[in-house]
Amino acid sequence: MKPPPFAYHAPRTVDGVLAALAELGDEGKVLAGGQSLVPMLNMRLAQPEALVDLSRVDGLDAIEVTDTHVRVEARVTHERLRRDPRVTPAVPLLRQALDWVAHPVIRNRGTSVGSIVHADPAAELPAVLGLLGGHMELRRVDGSREVAGRDYLLSPLDSDTAPEELAVAAVFPRPSAHTGSSFLELARRHGDYALAGVGAVVRLDEDRRLVSAEVACIGVGGVPVYVGLTEALRGQPHDALDLADAVGLVRAAIDPSDDIHATGAYRTHLTGVLAERALTQATAHATHEEIAA
Amino acid sequence: MSATDATTSARTATSDRPGASGAVGPYDRVEVELTVNGVPRAAFVPPRRLLSDFIRHDLELTGTHVGCEHGVCGACTVLLDGQPIRSCLALAVAVDGRELTTIEGLAGPDGELHPVQQGFQDHHGLQCGFCTPGFVLSACGFLAEDPDPDEDTIREGMAGNLCRCTGYAGILQAVKQAAGVLRETGADPCARHAGRAADGAVAAGPESGR
Ligand SMILES: Cc1cc2nc3c(=O)[nH]c(=O)nc-3n(C[C@H](O)[C@H](O)[C@H](O)COP(=O)(O)OP(=O)(O)OC[C@H]3O[C@@H](n4cnc5c(N)ncnc54)[C@H](O)[C@@H]3O)c2cc1C
Ligand code: FES
Ligand code: FES
Repeated sequence: MKPPPFAYHAPRTVDGVLAALAELGDEGKVLAGGQSLVPMLNMRLAQPEALVDLSRVDGLDAIEVTDTHVRVEARVTHERLRRDPRVTPAVPLLRQALDWVAHPVIRNRGTSVGSIVHADPAAELPAVLGLLGGHMELRRVDGSREVAGRDYLLSPLDSDTAPEELAVAAVFPRPSAHTGSSFLELARRHGDYALAGVGAVVRLDEDRRLVSAEVACIGVGGVPVYVGLTEALRGQPHDALDLADAVGLVRAAIDPSDDIHATGAYRTHLTGVLAERALTQATAHATHEEIAA
Repeated sequence: MSATDATTSARTATSDRPGASGAVGPYDRVEVELTVNGVPRAAFVPPRRLLSDFIRHDLELTGTHVGCEHGVCGACTVLLDGQPIRSCLALAVAVDGRELTTIEGLAGPDGELHPVQQGFQDHHGLQCGFCTPGFVLSACGFLAEDPDPDEDTIREGMAGNLCRCTGYAGILQAVKQAAGVLRETGADPCARHAGRAADGAVAAGPESGR
């Protein structure tokens, strides 16, 4: 189908975007890469009165890599972030997750910030932001605020973004030393939204024993489900992990429903398998061993 | 409709470009101008015009196919400034001023097929042909990024396109062959094929938007 009629704004400055959003209120919607919004327009699932396009804004396209974080502005596409050689050494989990985000052709247009705002329950980057303890930067005409990644997603396709707010950037903190990560998922076709996915972050001590572990599960709840596994895994040696308890905790934390793609029971099973593999890979990553993808 | 029909357009000055700060109303028509396969093309369209429909209806370049219109099938893939994108997920107004390559822009000026097209022909990479323009342009973009892919990488690189006929085996072979040919000639996979006279007698210049 075709999109319904809408007015089109293409401001040249961030202030212009904020002014347009303030004026339009509930009637306006930000257009970033369009890789989620345009399908929704085509299917008439969204019928905004007006779109405010970011594509002609001067700026908003920086990837900032510092000692403490990677800050990704609103116009940065998934593919640009994935290919930036500074990003992987700083925050490996970004690259590990971005390899699963959509198809290359979609990644060429879709923005990383947009995917977090969009809040699809199976999207990878909201889980990455939450798992790393990152935050979103939001701005409106009369002020700005930060929202922790974990609090930002409210329900499926709903994030804590007011209609007059622009998500300016997502900030991903660098992990501390001896920290490893992994992202794994399964989809019927590589690049489609996953049936289930798991991101894992594991930290080791000097003796390569686990000091903390956590996973984020996607596609199995309305928002990413975070499961702390430090209690279950603390003190285990990196080369002799016993993950049975951890896998049990992960499966107990989720309650996915049946849909046309898979049953809830299958997704629960799958999530456990993915969690076990992701924790193993993340641990190996933490020891800086070579791991096969 | 074509650009000349668009008598209702309000474009009088540069401030009426879609990119200007003023809003374009839902029923206003603005001029969108693109370089398509090397040729400047323009039409007056409302903001809701998808790039895929702009190409097919306004420019009458019907080689670009439309399947799902929500980004899943890949039939509508074109190159925007040399990068493959889904034309059904872009608004024409949003890409005003940029360069587009469609399936019509790949064969050489003498009609000789682009190496990717040749691969599809040689390996039966198509049956009904509906998916083919999208596959070919996705492959061009893929090979520009990864000139020497193995079979797994080709599978992954082509996974965004659906084909209901071929079973994909011929498509994978086609892309593999094209990769070899392009590496040998050193040609840019996203450029119009230089043709038989690749020695320079016939330039790979703009011929026609059609
Ligand atoms: C076939 C297909 C497969 C896909 N597979 C995946 C996948 O596996 N994983 C995945 O994560 N995504 C996937 N996507 C979605 C893709 O990642 C999108 O790019 C992303 O979800 C949205 O980013 P966008 O820039 O395209 O945003 P848009 O589509 O432009 O916008 C999406 C929503 O976010 C709002 N928005 C966007 N940016 C801002 C901002 N800066 N401030 C305020 N509001 C904003 C818009 O108003 C809109 O409501 C897929 C898409 C397709 C078509
Ligand atoms: S028509 Fe554009 S992806 Fe299917
Ligand atoms: S050849 Fe018929 S859909 Fe691919």
